[in-house]
Amino acid sequence: MSAIPVPMAENQTPWKLPSRGRVGMFSLIVAESAIFTIFVAAYIFYIGKSISGPTPRQILSVPVFITVCLLSSSLTMHWAVAALRKGKTGRFALFWFATLALGSIFLAGTGREWHHLIAQEDFTIQTNLFGTTYYSLVGLHASHVLVGLIALAIVMVLALMGKVKCEHWERCEVLSLYWHFVDAVWVVVFTVVYGLGR
Amino acid sequence: MASESIPLAIPKSSRGVVFEWLFTADHKKIGVMYIVYSLLFLVIMGIEAILMRIQLAHPHASFMSPQTFNRLFTLHGTTGVFFVAMPILFGFGNYLVPLMIGARDMAFPRLNAFSFWITAFGGLVLYASLFAGGGFMQGGSAPDVGWFAYAPLTSTTYSPSHSTDYWTLSILLAGIGSVGGAVNFIATILCMRCPGMTLGRMPLLAWMNLVMGGLVLVTISPLTAAQIMLMIDRYLSGHFFDTAAGGSVVMWMHFFWIFGHPEVYVLIIPCFAFVSEIIPVFSRKAMFGYPAMVAATVSIGFVSLGVWAHHMFTVGMPSYGNAFFVLTTMIVGVPTGIKIFNWLATMWGGKIRFATPMLFCTAFLFQFLVAGLTGIMLATAPFDWQLSNSYFVVAHFHYVIVGGILFTIFAAFYYWYPKMTGRMLNETLGKWHFWIMVIGFHLTFDFMHIPGLLGMPRRVYTYEPGRGWEIWNLLSSIGVIFQGAAILIFVYNMIVSYYKGAPAGNDPWDAWTLEWATTSPPPDYNFAAIPDVRSRRPLWDIKHPEDPDWKYE
Repeated sequence: MSAIPVPMAENQTPWKLPSRGRVGMFSLIVAESAIFTIFVAAYIFYIGKSISGPTPRQILSVPVFITVCLLSSSLTMHWAVAALRKGKTGRFALFWFATLALGSIFLAGTGREWHHLIAQEDFTIQTNLFGTTYYSLVGLHASHVLVGLIALAIVMVLALMGKVKCEHWERCEVLSLYWHFVDAVWVVVFTVVYGLGR
Repeated sequence: MASESIPLAIPKSSRGVVFEWLFTADHKKIGVMYIVYSLLFLVIMGIEAILMRIQLAHPHASFMSPQTFNRLFTLHGTTGVFFVAMPILFGFGNYLVPLMIGARDMAFPRLNAFSFWITAFGGLVLYASLFAGGGFMQGGSAPDVGWFAYAPLTSTTYSPSHSTDYWTLSILLAGIGSVGGAVNFIATILCMRCPGMTLGRMPLLAWMNLVMGGLVLVTISPLTAAQIMLMIDRYLSGHFFDTAAGGSVVMWMHFFWIFGHPEVYVLIIPCFAFVSEIIPVFSRKAMFGYPAMVAATVSIGFVSLGVWAHHMFTVGMPSYGNAFFVLTTMIVGVPTGIKIFNWLATMWGGKIRFATPMLFCTAFLFQFLVAGLTGIMLATAPFDWQLSNSYFVVAHFHYVIVGGILFTIFAAFYYWYPKMTGRMLNETLGKWHFWIMVIGFHLTFDFMHIPGLLGMPRRVYTYEPGRGWEIWNLLSSIGVIFQGAAILIFVYNMIVSYYKGAPAGNDPWDAWTLEWATTSPPPDYNFAAIPDVRSRRPLWDIKHPEDPDWKYE
């Protein structure tokens, strides 16, 4: 026996529900924000509490260039999704590639900074409390950038194969929400690590 | 099913059935797997409790070593919260939410399967410590740091073996599963409702699972963050909780309880949901004060985020800190009180049928009230200074977890088992289960308050005679025998009824929500035609076309 058919009563207003992709991504962003909040709280609480050197002022330099790159990647991401929405796939691929490139520059910049700190300054996660909080907070953010870049790269490959069409704009937009979130988190991390903490 | 479209030479083998369950993304099968998995762990944690109560029945007992006792209470607590209560409630939510909102599955079925399996894997990791936790320093087997694992006990200095690594890893995995599940609940409830199922018409179970999902996002994530920090400390020699390097152990307490207290509401809100579905059906009345119920749930969710430091009164806080957390904790009592009055008002003047689900819900009302009252007592900072870390606290939160959460889970089993299996649970056995459970619960946990008031600290493996604690501990231990017997009856009932229970039919309780509009058990696609909803009780409208609810709402 199958289900009892429930009679279809007429509903006056058309039935419209939010997109599950967007709601799911917003939920994930809320959860991720909570994780970052805890790490940022720990960072702020431990500012100046290290009992041995080095201090942030001695070894950290403000990464202006890669910050500009990451923040402008949000703009190119926005343009890419807007282009796809209008069906301009060539323009989309161009801006999507720009986003991927700017994000990669950011990650490479973080890698350079870490290499400098570890190889030249002999400053690691074990050195002091500042090292523990610095590498974990910046590393947590960088790992999110990395995940974003992998997702961007997959879409890029699909776009080069000509598989990304106008009807996929909403999925790309869901991915762009994540990317904007990662950028916004960097604003907080940057302010805390290179502003407040230094 | 696949076997219908593909002609097979042999009938579906047991191997086929196993594969079907292993690779399923169906919300009902995943829900059942969550539930069965949690029941296994419920039995395991119950055995751990029995062993501990044997040790505590007499002063100076030597049934087990202090080390074993430490491991048992750590496993008991961790298992209970992360691998029994959370997954069983996620299981019921998984099974019921899509059916109740007229959907064919969750929003993200594969994420759903992933969430279940990673949670299940977390439980296995925890218990793998029994075999592998000795590690290179032979410092222990199962984790022995307590379920809230205060620093610096978890540092490599004090926990040199790998047992703590198993603990932190298992909780990290379960946390990922919980967040995945929560994302899925929220997306399902907001985006998968059938036509006409506006937010104002959703069953309260869906509303409360929505609030629970939101709470999971903002409470489990801090725990995950804290576990990452602990791992950095343990594996990479970080200093987050290392006081020798300027770190703070109080930070761990804050991070843990920022998770730990709202977690109580993550667990109890889905139980409120069961009660809110069962009491109206067995009182033959629509839910009293539906909007107030929704508002109370949402406000409990918000207020619960600002009460965590009431677990830390004895750590020492400035007086305004104490005052803040005393007040916020007491404020939680207000929306909770609204709920209790709404349930009572639903029962008031109703034509009450005391079937087993209703019995468990009625006991819940009384027991949860008492649990709330001892909670208000403990929320008063000076009282807490006296009784923190005593058996009074243990009695209080077991009153919530057993008297509140477990009782409603039993109610949910008796209520929805017919839908899940197509057969009724035996009512006589159900009544035996209920009454023996009530006796056992009150023997154990009513009397447990008293040694707490007399100063017995929790987590001691034994105690001195002559302090007036003996008789109360003995009574508590005797109560465990009754609780164990009740659980055995329950398990027996579930197994026997699965094969020999009376056929349930679609709607054995004459209920009003959509899960009863389909067959028992429901087909893979849930509904042949997606229902169209015009009131809060869609099934009432179908059964009573001459007097539908939507005329009055």
